[in-house]
Amino acid sequence: MRQLLSGNEAVARGAWEAGVQVASAYPGTPSTEILETFARYPNVYAEWAPNEKVAVDVAVGAAYAGRRALAAMKHVGVNVAADSIFYASMTGMEAGLVIVTADDPDMHSSQNEQDNRRYAKFARIPCLEPSDSQEAKDLVGVALNLSEQFDTPVFLRMTTRICHTSAPVELREQKQIVPHLDKFPRNPAKYVMVPAHARKRHPVIEERVQRLAEWADTFPYNRIEWGDTALGIVTCGVAYQYAREVFPHASILRLGMTYPLPPTMVREFAARVDRLIVIEELDPFVEEEIRLMGIACEGKSIFPRCGEFDPRIVRESAIQAGLLPESARVPVATLDKPEIPPRPPVLCPGCPHRAVFYLLNKRQVPVTGDIGCYTLGLLPPLSAVHTCGCMGAGIGQAHGADKAGIGERMAAVIGDSTFFHTGMPALANVAYNRSQVVTIILDNRTTGMTGHQPNPGTGYTLQQQETRVLDLEALVRALGIERVKTVPAYEVRAIDETLKEYLKAEGPSVLIVREECALLPGARQRWKALQVMAEQCNGCTLCFRIGCPAILKSDELDAKTQRPKATIDPLLCTGCEVCAQVCPRHAILFRAQVETR
Amino acid sequence: MTRQYNFLLAGVGGQGTILASNVLAEVGLTAGYDVKKSEVHGMAQRGGSVNTHIRWDAERVYSPLIGLGEADILLVFELAEALRYAEYLKPGGVVVVNRHIIQPITVTSGGARYPSEADLRAVYSLLSERLYLIPGTATAQELGNARVANVVLLGALSTFLPVPEAIWLQVIELRVPARHLALNRQAFLRGRALIQ
Ligand SMILES: Cc1ncc(C[n+]2csc(CCOP(=O)(O)OP(=O)(O)O)c2C)c(N)n1
Repeated sequence: MRQLLSGNEAVARGAWEAGVQVASAYPGTPSTEILETFARYPNVYAEWAPNEKVAVDVAVGAAYAGRRALAAMKHVGVNVAADSIFYASMTGMEAGLVIVTADDPDMHSSQNEQDNRRYAKFARIPCLEPSDSQEAKDLVGVALNLSEQFDTPVFLRMTTRICHTSAPVELREQKQIVPHLDKFPRNPAKYVMVPAHARKRHPVIEERVQRLAEWADTFPYNRIEWGDTALGIVTCGVAYQYAREVFPHASILRLGMTYPLPPTMVREFAARVDRLIVIEELDPFVEEEIRLMGIACEGKSIFPRCGEFDPRIVRESAIQAGLLPESARVPVATLDKPEIPPRPPVLCPGCPHRAVFYLLNKRQVPVTGDIGCYTLGLLPPLSAVHTCGCMGAGIGQAHGADKAGIGERMAAVIGDSTFFHTGMPALANVAYNRSQVVTIILDNRTTGMTGHQPNPGTGYTLQQQETRVLDLEALVRALGIERVKTVPAYEVRAIDETLKEYLKAEGPSVLIVREECALLPGARQRWKALQVMAEQCNGCTLCFRIGCPAILKSDELDAKTQRPKATIDPLLCTGCEVCAQVCPRHAILFRAQVETR
Repeated sequence: MTRQYNFLLAGVGGQGTILASNVLAEVGLTAGYDVKKSEVHGMAQRGGSVNTHIRWDAERVYSPLIGLGEADILLVFELAEALRYAEYLKPGGVVVVNRHIIQPITVTSGGARYPSEADLRAVYSLLSERLYLIPGTATAQELGNARVANVVLLGALSTFLPVPEAIWLQVIELRVPARHLALNRQAFLRGRALIQ
């Protein structure tokens, strides 16, 4: 049976077909749908871990216990999990372990575009790269076999374009695998990496890379498509598709495994073509590996190193390098366009993060930020977030600035999921080393940015089991912060008063601002559009300053100020009432007033 | 059967472009084409500008992305977005635009100006005569639910493709919840009528 599957759905399907029993992940675009899809298959265990390092340890534990396992994450998640990936490379496992890294060329939803193929080489593990959904599915099974044959974790490297492109995939049945272990292995020489054992393992994994390279020469997903031998193209991943489209007649060596490279195949291919080029997104990874073999080739001297490719970029680069004639160019109209208003992503109407940012901006507080929907508090008119580096960084940054004696009271904002991910140790540090940081936990009862995944605070799991709710306030106290309060996120006055108090108080404090994300099904049921009484509004623009997409400039101007009055889009407004509380002229009706009007 | 179609769907996060793209891709597959559909999730969904590339090919689709100047059909869910993606249109291609405005925050709380319908017509007049501005959202509202604007737009789009109405309806049936089926069928047929 053929079905349209995204690359992520295909990985999930492939894992299920190949008998993966345990999968653990932390959400992150573009990888999130892998676990969401896998969790719905029968007879498997799937979970959201609080961060990527835990996810890898969980998958390693399952593989030590002789069960096929998978961990998935976005590229930067590998940074968080790197320590675990490196020891797993040293120990190997009892059953197959595949680690999916979803890289994000062009940074569609990331802070960098690191090329994680480098991690494969760094950690001495093989790296497989699919070029479409069918291969994404098939390579999971290949990766698990390879993992077992060579006793190594295997990287499956996806990119945003592969993750989020849907294409037809041939489906198979689930492979029945009977686990060969019923007891956890007691094999300290292999699984206890103290220096004496580790010294013995290092040569083993170096020799493993050599054997993997030999195997790569026989790997069917490394294949040569012979054409005209004037030009030979080495390519991989989605770049293969662009190469095929732009150079329909060239000879192509398509790599399904980008670390280690197949030495004989590369040599023979290079020897038969007149000009050898490499088409790969991001780093010159394959290019460098080929050069290390002593073979000359061109790559990044022709194609960009930053951003993702598309057929046009590949074609234009090739024309510039003289690989294609000028006549190959697809003409692009030069249009005399009026200025188009930018449309950046914004906090949604009814977002429970809005009031806090409005107040932080009003009080001109320096705010170290973190990653999640709430990073959008950076944009005007809220303009209230002053740093964002990586997950869990904000609290530590605020502590550092405070200890450096900056002379302003620092606030750190962090979402609930991010707090569980890497915020907790940073807050323990604030409590332990006593700084004056006001930490604001934006608890919208979900992992919003990546599409509403449950987390330890929500009371249910990825596979829809009810579970314990982590008590944030109790946790914060246990970490050593005495001054902590939870305030409802739509109560502008209450948040402001607590903020005012905490910004003056001696020692660290934590303000938990709580309200369900307005997009969650329960919250949606409470939606009710508010209204502006035009006759009361004088166009003072204060409500525009909360940056709500539901508040619009109306066509009607105030007679005195000649400024546009406000109006509310009934299709967008959820009735959170933040604007109504901010309006000095009481021109915006509260829910109760709308009902009785 | 025409060998190849390149579609670009564009709109604002939350407008239902994803469902529309899923239907369009599935229709192509059902009609016997090889298909690829590529979209970006995440950040942009929070009210940002979003787009999906969809390709049908009677033989084989390689690239999941369409380059500038390569789209046979643009289906746009919001007025200003139609301007943003104009360079993707192949000269002479079809452009179907929902006559609906979602003011970006840069207009409401900043100084940016929202373009006019006349701007849109002027820009496309250089590219193609086949610009269709249709009341997708308004029609959906008449049917009682603004959220089916995406299916109204699909209905309009379907008139430009050699695929029987039955296939469209069959795919829509599979993709929408049973309780909304009648509404979605109506939306699709009303959309078809907007062009014919
Ligand atoms: C190491 C790492 N893992 C995952 C992500 C993807 N990611 C970005 S924000 C976020 C979670 C946001 O959830 P939360 O902190 O609850 O804030 P919300 O979006 O709900 O406001 C995730 C998982 C990332 N950027 N970095």
